Amino acid sequence: MYKIVKAEKLADMIYLMDVKAERVARHCQPGQFVIVKIDEIGERVPLTICDYDREAGTVTIVFQIVGASTERMSRLQEGDSFKDFVGPLGVASEFVTEDLEELKKKKILFVAGGVGAAPVYPQVKWLHEHGVEADVIVGSKTKDMLLLEDEMKAVAGNYYPCTDDGSYGHSGMVTTKIEQLVSEEGKKYDVCVAIGPMIMMKFVCLLTKKLDLPTVVSMNPIMVDGTGMCGACRLHVGDEIKFACVDGPEFDGHLVNFDESMERQTLYKTAEGRAWLKEKEGDTHHGGCGNCGGDE
Amino acid sequence: MADILKATPVREQDPKVRATNFEEVCYGYNKEEAMDEATRCLNCKNARCIQGCPVAINIPGFIMKVKDGDIEGAYEEIGKSSALPAVCGRVCPQESQCEAKCVRGIKGESVSIGKLERFVADYALENNISPKKAEKTNGHKVAVIGSGPAGLTAAGDLAKAGYEVTVFEALHELGGVLVYGIPEFRLPKDKVVKKEIEKVKELGVKFETNVVIGKSTTIDMLMEEEDFEAVFIGSGAGLPMFMGIPGETANGVFSANEYLTRSNLMKAYDNNYDTPIAAGKKVAVVGGGNVAMDAARTALRLGAEVHIVYRRSEEELPARVEEVHHAKEEGIIFDLLTNPIEILADDKGWVTGMKCIRMELGEADASGRRRPVPIPGSEFVIELDTVIMSLGTSPNPLIASTTKGLEINQRQCVVADDETGQTSKAFVFAGGDAVTGAATVILAMGAGKAGAKGIDEALSQK
Ligand SMILES: Cc1cc2nc3c(=O)[nH]c(=O)nc-3n(C[C@H](O)[C@H](O)[C@H](O)COP(=O)(O)OP(=O)(O)OC[C@H]3O[C@@H](n4cnc5c(N)ncnc54)[C@H](O)[C@@H]3O)c2cc1C
Ligand SMILES: Cc1cc2nc3c(=O)[nH]c(=O)nc-3n(C[C@H](O)[C@H](O)[C@H](O)COP(=O)(O)OP(=O)(O)OC[C@H]3O[C@@H](n4cnc5c(N)ncnc54)[C@H](O)[C@@H]3O)c2cc1C
Ligand code: SF4
Ligand code: SF4
Ligand code: FES
Repeated sequence: MYKIVKAEKLADMIYLMDVKAERVARHCQPGQFVIVKIDEIGERVPLTICDYDREAGTVTIVFQIVGASTERMSRLQEGDSFKDFVGPLGVASEFVTEDLEELKKKKILFVAGGVGAAPVYPQVKWLHEHGVEADVIVGSKTKDMLLLEDEMKAVAGNYYPCTDDGSYGHSGMVTTKIEQLVSEEGKKYDVCVAIGPMIMMKFVCLLTKKLDLPTVVSMNPIMVDGTGMCGACRLHVGDEIKFACVDGPEFDGHLVNFDESMERQTLYKTAEGRAWLKEKEGDTHHGGCGNCGGDE
Repeated sequence: MADILKATPVREQDPKVRATNFEEVCYGYNKEEAMDEATRCLNCKNARCIQGCPVAINIPGFIMKVKDGDIEGAYEEIGKSSALPAVCGRVCPQESQCEAKCVRGIKGESVSIGKLERFVADYALENNISPKKAEKTNGHKVAVIGSGPAGLTAAGDLAKAGYEVTVFEALHELGGVLVYGIPEFRLPKDKVVKKEIEKVKELGVKFETNVVIGKSTTIDMLMEEEDFEAVFIGSGAGLPMFMGIPGETANGVFSANEYLTRSNLMKAYDNNYDTPIAAGKKVAVVGGGNVAMDAARTALRLGAEVHIVYRRSEEELPARVEEVHHAKEEGIIFDLLTNPIEILADDKGWVTGMKCIRMELGEADASGRRRPVPIPGSEFVIELDTVIMSLGTSPNPLIASTTKGLEINQRQCVVADDETGQTSKAFVFAGGDAVTGAATVILAMGAGKAGAKGIDEALSQK
C-alpha cells in the first residue's frame, strides 16, 4: 500500500497528492511517470511525476478528472492509500543526461497546457537547480484553472501565463504567445518542450516547425502495463513504431503523428464513459438515454 | 475396470455452455477416477516418462502412491521436483513430453500423467497440505526478478535450501504469464495460481510487487546497495511483435498480450472491474500458437465471432492439439493458408476489415516445415472490427540495457548456461523465456531449478 500523505484540490477538477513510494522517489527523474491503481478493481492509470522528495520518500502527482478512474481517485483523502504505485517509468528528459556546460548555453522554452503544467514543473525546477533558467508559457482556460503558479514563478526564467478567456496574463492560446515572443520580440530559443493535451501539442508543433524550433513533446496515449508488454501505447514517430511507455513518453514533436495518436486516444472513451455513468446512477442506469447502450 | 488400453476419460464443461463463460473447461479427475487411472501405470523400472519431463518428476513413484490412495505422499513426491504441479498438470504439453514417452502409449493411450498430477496438486491445495520448508536460513540474500514460473521455481528451491529470497515483480500481481496471459478458463487464478504461489510464500520467500528492475532500481544497485549476493533473472519474453503491415495502429488492432492482459490481469471480462476492453463483434486473431488460441477463445467468450488467420496449414499449427480441439469445439473458425497484408480502417481510424492473400505450401524451410508462399492475385477482404496480433514475443530490453556486463544475443535473449543459469556477469543467473525466448511453463521451471542449483553452488564456494 502506498500512503497519500497530502491531498489537495488545486482547481476545479484538478487535484494534487503526495504519495509515499520510496523506491520511486529514490530513482525518479524529470520526464518520467508512474502508474497508480486505487484498489483491486481499479485500472492502471499513468500519471507524470510532478515533483519528488528523495528524503521523505514521496512523489507528487497532479491529475485532472476526465473519467471514472480519475473521479474515483479524487475522492481519496490524506491518510488513504493507493494499492499500487509503480515507477519511475519511461525515459527521463534528454537534458538530464546532457553535458551541463552545453546545456547552460541553451535557451529553452517550455509550453504547458492545462494540467500539463504539472509535468513541466519538475523539468523547469531541475534546470533551475542546475543553474539553467528556462522560459515558461503556461496556458489555461481561465485564471482559476492556472496551476502551480507560485511554484513555477520561483524556478522559471520568464513566466508567461495565458488564458483563453483573457481573465489573466496573455489573452489567447499558447501558440499566439510563442509567435509573439519569437516573431515580435525576437527571442531566440534552441529548443521547445511542449506538454499538454495532444491537440495543443499538435498546434505547437505545427508552429515551431515553421519557426524551425526543435520541439519535444510528452505523449500520453492509452496504456495498460507501462513496461513494454502490451503495445497499447504504440505510436508512429516518423516511419517507426514506438512504445510510449518504454521509448518515451518524450519524442521529437515534429515526427509524431498526432492525428493518429488522437484517434487512438478515443478508443476507450465510450466504454469507460459508460462505466462512470453506471457508477453515478447506480441501479437507475438502464441505458435509455439512447447514447450509451446501458449495460449492453 | 474398462479397456486397459484407454485412458480414464476426464469430465469437461459442455462446449456450448463454456463458450459463454470463463469457468474452467476441464473438471479434472476425482479420487476414484484418479486411482483407477493410476492402475494403468506399469511402474516401469526404467521409466521412460521421466525422461520426457523437463523437471524429472518421479512419475511412477507418485502414481503408485495415488494407486494406494496416499495422495499426500504423492504430493510430497511431486514436490521434490516441481513447485507448481497444479499449474503444470493443466498447461504442460504432456502429449509431447512425459506422456509421449509412456510405454502404455505404444499400443494404446498413454497414462494420463498430467491429469493425475493435477488431481494430486488440487487435492493438496484443497486440503491445505504444505510443502516442507528449510529448518533455518543460511543468511545469504538472493534476489529473483520476475514472478513467472522460472522465478517462482528458483525462489522456492533457494528458500528450501535456506536462502533469504526476495522476488521483485514489475506488475501488481504475481505469476507472470500464468496471471496475465493464460486465461481463467484454462488456469483458474484464485483457485490455482494464487494458492500455489501462497505455498511458495509459506517457504519464506518475500515478494515485492510494483518494482521494475531497470527502472525502480537496477541489478547493480540490488547487489551494491541492498546486499543481495546473487540475482536470478526470470523476466520472461513479454515484448509483443507486430507484422509491420499498413493499418496496424488503427483502433481495434491489439497485440494478444494487450487483449489477454485486459481480460485476465485487469479482469475486464468482469463488469465489477474498471478496466475496459473493446471486445469486438467480429474478430480475427492472426497466428496459430497457444497464445493465439487463448486470445481467440477469450474473444469468443466476450461475445465475438472469431476467426484464426494462419498462414500455414492445420498440420503446422504450433498450438497444443488439445487447445486446437477445444477451440474448434467452441466454434472458432479457422482460416488457414491465409496471410494478412493490410488492415483497413474508416476515416475515424477504426478497423473495418483486413485484406489477406491466400497461401500454398512450397519447399521446406530451415525449420523443416513447408514454407507458405502467396498465391498471386488471390487477395480478398475479410470484414471485421477487431484484429488481434499474436505473432510471438521477445525479451524486453529493460534489464539488459541497464545491467553492466550482461551479454545478450541477437534475439535479445540473455545468454546463460543451460546447466547452471550462469550469465556473463558474476553472481547473476538467468532462465526461462528471458533466456530461451517464448517457450513453456515447464521449461521455465526447469531453468528456475537449474538456476537455483547454480546459485547455491556459486554462493557456497564463495
Ligand atoms: C505517460 C502519461 C502521463 C500522464 N500524466 C498525466 C498527469 O500528470 N495528469 C493527468 O491528469 N493525466 C495524465 N495522463 C492522462 C491520464 O492517465 C488519463 O487522464 C487517465 O488515464 C484517464 O482515466 P479516466 O478513467 O479518469 O478517464 P477516461 O477518459 O474515462 O478513461 C477511459 C480510458 O481511456 C484511457 N485514457 C483516457 N484518456 C487518456 C489519456 N489522456 N492518457 C492515457 N490514457 C487515457 C484510460 O486508460 C481509460 O481506460 C497521463 C497519461 C500518460 C500516458
Ligand atoms: C497466452 C499464453 C499462453 C500460454 N500457454 C502455455 C501453455 O498452455 N503451456 C505452456 O507450457 N506454456 C504456455 N505459455 C508459455 C509460458 O507461459 C511461458 O513460457 C512461461 O510463463 C515463461 O515463464 P518465465 O518465468 O520465464 O516468464 P513469465 O511467465 O513471462 O514471467 C516473467 C515475469 O517477470 C516480470 N518482469 C519482466 N520484466 C521485469 C523487470 N524488469 N522487473 C521486474 N519484473 C519483471 C514480468 O512482469 C512477469 O511477471 C503460454 C504463454 C502465453 C503468453
Ligand atoms: S511436469 Fe509436465 S512433463 Fe513433467 S510430469 Fe508433469 S505434466 Fe508431465
Ligand atoms: S512409462 Fe508410463 S507406464 Fe511406465 S512408469 Fe511411466 S507412466 Fe507408468
Ligand atoms: S503500455 Fe503496454 S506497452 Fe506501453
